[in-house]
Amino acid sequence: MSILVFTLILLLGAFAAGLLGSLTGLGGGVVLIPLLTLIFHVDIRYAIGASLVASIANSSGAAAAYIKEGITNVRIGMFLEIATTTGAIAGAVLAVYTPTHLVAIIFGVVLLFSAAMTIRKKNEHADTQSDNKLAKLMRLNSSYPVKGEIIEYKVKGVPGGYLLMTLAGVVSGLLGIGSGALKVLAMDNVMRIPFKVSTTTSNFMIGVTAAASAVVYLQRGYIDPGIAMPVVLGVLGGAFVGSKLLVRINTKWLRLIFSVVISALAIEMIYNGLMRNL
Amino acid sequence: MKKLFSKTFWQERDVEMFIGQQLRWGVISASIIAFIGGIIYLYTHGKGTPAYTEFTGAPLYVRHLPGILHGVFQLDGMAVIQLGVVVLLATPITRIAFSVLAFAMEKDILYVIITLIVLSVIIFSIFSGFGG
Repeated sequence: MSILVFTLILLLGAFAAGLLGSLTGLGGGVVLIPLLTLIFHVDIRYAIGASLVASIANSSGAAAAYIKEGITNVRIGMFLEIATTTGAIAGAVLAVYTPTHLVAIIFGVVLLFSAAMTIRKKNEHADTQSDNKLAKLMRLNSSYPVKGEIIEYKVKGVPGGYLLMTLAGVVSGLLGIGSGALKVLAMDNVMRIPFKVSTTTSNFMIGVTAAASAVVYLQRGYIDPGIAMPVVLGVLGGAFVGSKLLVRINTKWLRLIFSVVISALAIEMIYNGLMRNL
Repeated sequence: MKKLFSKTFWQERDVEMFIGQQLRWGVISASIIAFIGGIIYLYTHGKGTPAYTEFTGAPLYVRHLPGILHGVFQLDGMAVIQLGVVVLLATPITRIAFSVLAFAMEKDILYVIITLIVLSVIIFSIFSGFGG
């Protein structure tokens, strides 16, 4: 296979990853890394570098649209970014001392968790009763528009959410994914932020989190131009088409099928990790 | 609803919109640069064989900005792609810097400080030497 053919196939694969990632809300990285390592036999370190860059592109592109709608809570995002960025740097440093087969196994476990998160029950309702002092002090409580109405919500479990966000940062830095699933878990289940706000705020945070570890990976040579170029262009194209399709199709079944596929990929990653093939 | 008609609300929204625009332009220009670099790279290296199974790391000159810029002036495809990557990495970092301004305009000192902390964490990451 020549570099030209390799690039074109990778471009198509990344397009599919971006499309599925945006339709299911999981982001491109979860498909991209198994695709690169299991099918293209690319070393997982190159895959991590390319995936990080793609998640920055994805997050920045989508955040531009979400900010416009006024759903994103910029204060919650910024406050928790202290946790995710410090975590991400720790993760990137940790990656040097982690053997690649172990990275593959951890990736598989996080993938299984992400698959479960896509089909979970969502926190649709705003909490208006909570009286969290820290949330008040940090001015995290806010409101968001639902069908033309402004709904107020109050935030709980700030220390727990902060800790879980640090973990999300470590995972993002170690594995090169946005770890949106962990971020949403922290905001949805621990801090009780309404689903719409937590998803868009998580997306808003992914770019900054990924940038913190990506600068380390760039210097370490994990980001190779030959892989980064088709991956970034493909994922962006796929995510763009996905966002246009999203308003027209019912994603419930798609999510279900996708979580099955993701679980299969996860098990294969874990198996290959245990067999030390990756 | 009262808030919707106040002057300060619109100023806040303007800054947020500006940040949204900045993100969009960052992604668009990064993609264009990477695309141009990709064409040069495929033209000069397209017939070669990809070697990514063994990890050797990206060429040394595309791992830091001076090397990348030097390569760009020689129209090296890899360096041009990597310039696109640098623009992409700079996009969310610039957004943080603009957010400092946005919170300062709202006179929200607490969040000016929080945003500055995030910015310093990232700047620390760039110059920490963790990349080796």
